[in-house]
Amino acid sequence: MNLWFWLLLACILAYAWKVMGYLVPAKLLEDPRMSRVAGTMTIGLLASLTIVNTVASGQALAADARLGALAAAAVALAFRAPFLLVVIIGAATAALLRLIGWN
Amino acid sequence: MKICVSPAVRVGISISIATGLYGISFGALSVTSGLDFWQTMALSLLLFSGGSQFAFIGVVAGGGSGIAAMSAATLLGMRNGIYGMQLNALLQPRGWRRYVAAQVTIDESTATSTGQADPAEQRRGFWTAGIGIYVLWNLFTAVGALAGSGLGDPKQWGLDGAAVAAFLALLWPRLKGFEPAAIAVACALATVLAVPFVPAGVPILIAALVAAVIGWFSHGRSDEGLEPDVDPYQEHQGHGGTREADS
Repeated sequence: MNLWFWLLLACILAYAWKVMGYLVPAKLLEDPRMSRVAGTMTIGLLASLTIVNTVASGQALAADARLGALAAAAVALAFRAPFLLVVIIGAATAALLRLIGWN
Repeated sequence: MKICVSPAVRVGISISIATGLYGISFGALSVTSGLDFWQTMALSLLLFSGGSQFAFIGVVAGGGSGIAAMSAATLLGMRNGIYGMQLNALLQPRGWRRYVAAQVTIDESTATSTGQADPAEQRRGFWTAGIGIYVLWNLFTAVGALAGSGLGDPKQWGLDGAAVAAFLALLWPRLKGFEPAAIAVACALATVLAVPFVPAGVPILIAALVAAVIGWFSHGRSDEGLEPDVDPYQEHQGHGGTREADS
């Protein structure tokens, strides 16, 4: 139930950000610094989430089949593959690498 | 019938289908991360912002706490506030429409709307993409969650590799130019260095702080990384207007 609490709070805060954009007078939020921080934070968080899901296993670092998935996904993206195909390629690569013995 | 030939509506529908479909991957990854069916659906119905939803389950899957998952999702949702400001200026929704518009203010609906020049088209594009994605994203989240719970060992299917690919695919379109790439590398490095020393989930928040500090002190473009992660109009470039109308 604890997870439910944080999950619902995340939902409320997500909606709060969205509504704020519509309700707060634009002048108050015109500071270009605000939108720059929102932008760099988006990049930073997604980069961090990518790498955490690739090399972290709990508090340890590990080099396993997920590295192969990252490389395959990068190649697919370089060839402009659509999102769903990239995800499937990532999964298939990790599964195949495990099948041939690389954990 | 005018609505049917509206370019904004056409783009809105195609982006709805493309985005809605990858709700399958969110649903499947969410249940294999340890969330149950209704927690997964609550994220798609109530939180409704792809990046934040993936962030929430990504932290949980890595063994992070609920508060770390909530923090990562919330920080990632900040950009929707900026989109809201832009759309409020463009569309000026009034009354209850404002509160509905807010919920469907995401990367894709913003991109569809701001890609149009005519105010009526901007409005049609926003609502078509927003409502269309909301309906399909939730539908396919449910499909993915039901399918995912029958998969057994997620690692055997490479679902941890799928999560890696999903995050990279969300990041990729934002890496236009040197500065965004440098920010991504710096934050990835900060994350790897932090992993052994702090509880799971916290390295992501450290990376967010690094990114925020860079954004605060840098003098780059004010919309760095804020171009929505999709370009709904890219497939229409290079085609003649008449050929496009035929297809």
